Amino acid sequence: MNSEISTEFSTSMRLIRSVEETIAERYSEQKMRCPTHLSTGQEAVSAGLGALLRHSDLAVSGHRAHAHYLAKGGDLNAMIAEIYGKITGCSRGKGGSMHLIDESVGFVGSTAIVGGTVPVGVGLGYSLMMGETDDIACIFMGDAVVETGVFWESLNFAVLKKLPVLFICENNNYSVYTPIEARQQTTVPIHQRISGLGVKTIHGDGNDVVAVHDAAKEAIGHVRAGKGPAFLEFDTYRWREHCGPNFDDDLGYRPEEDVAKWREAEPIARFENRAIREGTLTQSEIDVVQAAITTKVEAAFEFADTSPFPPKIDATRHVLAPVMKETLL
Amino acid sequence: MTSQAFSDEIRDGLDHALTIDPSVLVFGLGVPDPKGVFGTTVGLQEKHGDKRVFDIPTSENALTGIAIGAALGGFRPVLVHQRLDFALLSMDQLVNNAAKWNFMFGGQRNVPITIRMILGRGWGQGPTHSQNLQSWFAHIPGLKVVMPALASDAKGLLLASIADPNPVVFLEHRWLHNMQTSGSTADDPIELGKASQLKTGDAVTIVSVSYMTIEALHAVEVLSAQGVDCDLIDLRTVSPIDWPMIEKSVRKTGRLLVLDTGFQSFGLAAEIIAHVSDHCWNELKSKPMRLTSPDYPESTSPALTEDYHVRAEHVVQTVGQMVGADISAEVLLNQRQHPHDVPGSWFSGPF
Repeated sequence: MNSEISTEFSTSMRLIRSVEETIAERYSEQKMRCPTHLSTGQEAVSAGLGALLRHSDLAVSGHRAHAHYLAKGGDLNAMIAEIYGKITGCSRGKGGSMHLIDESVGFVGSTAIVGGTVPVGVGLGYSLMMGETDDIACIFMGDAVVETGVFWESLNFAVLKKLPVLFICENNNYSVYTPIEARQQTTVPIHQRISGLGVKTIHGDGNDVVAVHDAAKEAIGHVRAGKGPAFLEFDTYRWREHCGPNFDDDLGYRPEEDVAKWREAEPIARFENRAIREGTLTQSEIDVVQAAITTKVEAAFEFADTSPFPPKIDATRHVLAPVMKETLL
Repeated sequence: MTSQAFSDEIRDGLDHALTIDPSVLVFGLGVPDPKGVFGTTVGLQEKHGDKRVFDIPTSENALTGIAIGAALGGFRPVLVHQRLDFALLSMDQLVNNAAKWNFMFGGQRNVPITIRMILGRGWGQGPTHSQNLQSWFAHIPGLKVVMPALASDAKGLLLASIADPNPVVFLEHRWLHNMQTSGSTADDPIELGKASQLKTGDAVTIVSVSYMTIEALHAVEVLSAQGVDCDLIDLRTVSPIDWPMIEKSVRKTGRLLVLDTGFQSFGLAAEIIAHVSDHCWNELKSKPMRLTSPDYPESTSPALTEDYHVRAEHVVQTVGQMVGADISAEVLLNQRQHPHDVPGSWFSGPF
């Protein structure tokens, strides 16, 4: 670890945290009128991955996608404007928080159906396999995706065709209020089940950005080398409610000691304390980073708030793409 | 003028698309196998390679999503299902992703995929090998639905579907595959959304689709011979539908009969009758009629399907009732040389 990568990790995680917490803070204003799934507490996976991905690598995600979009380099203003339902949003206000896209940096799209983008990511992998580059397709997913049929169908195809696909599973142990033990057998952990298909798998601490980065580096090297798909499983924990801005541990669905344990393992302070100890980061550098992020996030919310809504006619547009003469074979 | 079977037209269309456009992919269960999906994909893998033409796992939902992903990655996939019923496993990807992608990302990215599904009737296909669910797909904004009837339209409609920037559900009736119609086998796309008027008359507007058009062609001949000339409109595309041609014809004839291969309730025929009632009410001389499959699944036993299917004689009788003329369908009944549950003597199963 050098100071450059330390600053990158710190910046990436702090950006995600600031964005998510600002959304939480302002959500009650009722200007963000869409279901919103925050990644507070889960920043390390995205930051660790983001540092290794190129803009020409492709990525898809699911309903909790803010962190993935931002770590891939997605435009912050366009994301916040999208959540505000504005014309300047990344999907022109058609999609909201769960439908993010920034193809200029290879973020191909996130959608709202659990498991829905997994085959899309594998299809992107097929298109990359047909090309000449060593770019890869990344599929960000949660632990519940492993319960869908389409996940196993897609994984089988990726293995069968040896596609350049990287699966990144953030296992935060809960699907809404339901613990993983109520949804899956857990005697054989997710990564071991997948390893049984001959896929390269690595399991790690998703709240340790350095561990994430090291595991991802190895997996990405495998995929770029044309050796077929790889699967990363990272344990992590969501701080706030499944959907929305609040804390909901008053409902008692998660053991208090778990919540306390994962709070203790909070990824940003954990990393920065280590970096300061090891001399790759100083508190004053962190302060400078945070000040810049705060300004940037404030500006993004200002941009979103002051942007115009789409015209009413937009409700009827984009159902079908127009047939152009040049698209005819 | 050359003519060849519908299935050969499909195969030639795929071959042409694969040849002129390197982004075209063709995949589905059994695509490269010796039977080649009723002959429609025979020889394509040998000619175009196993990266562009390939068999798939029995994973309809994933492969639909993979087609979407490949399309987003710059390809034009054609996914093939040997039965529409199998494709029902892919409704999530079709409805939530393919049909929505262009809309939900604000028109930034379209999904040019073609999904061929084969549907049918008769010969023991039974409850889950015979469903004609075109109205399901047509109900979803963002999908186009194409149903060729004539062999001479099959290739042109397929090429237009592959070239279309949107997801297209391309429905082929199994009873059409062996049929030949004289006409163009040129490699020109036929614009989607344009119906085809196959016969002209003043008595009744018959709007038909897919295999029902074949029955209708027999019916209008018999009707003509007895002095009742009908407009016969073959839809070719269910969505978008050619409302101008339908409206123009109904304004002329004042009478509408819709023929559909699907179940009756909430179906294509219901939609056409509703639209015509809405737009041509004052011109209607009699109540609009429809002949469709009944509202129960098709049984397997031939003993139970005898009254299930709409045939040319039913069209003749219904038109006769609509115009108040005593029309005989006897000539049609005398012509039938084969059992009711096959399209012709060439068909002996098993699939």
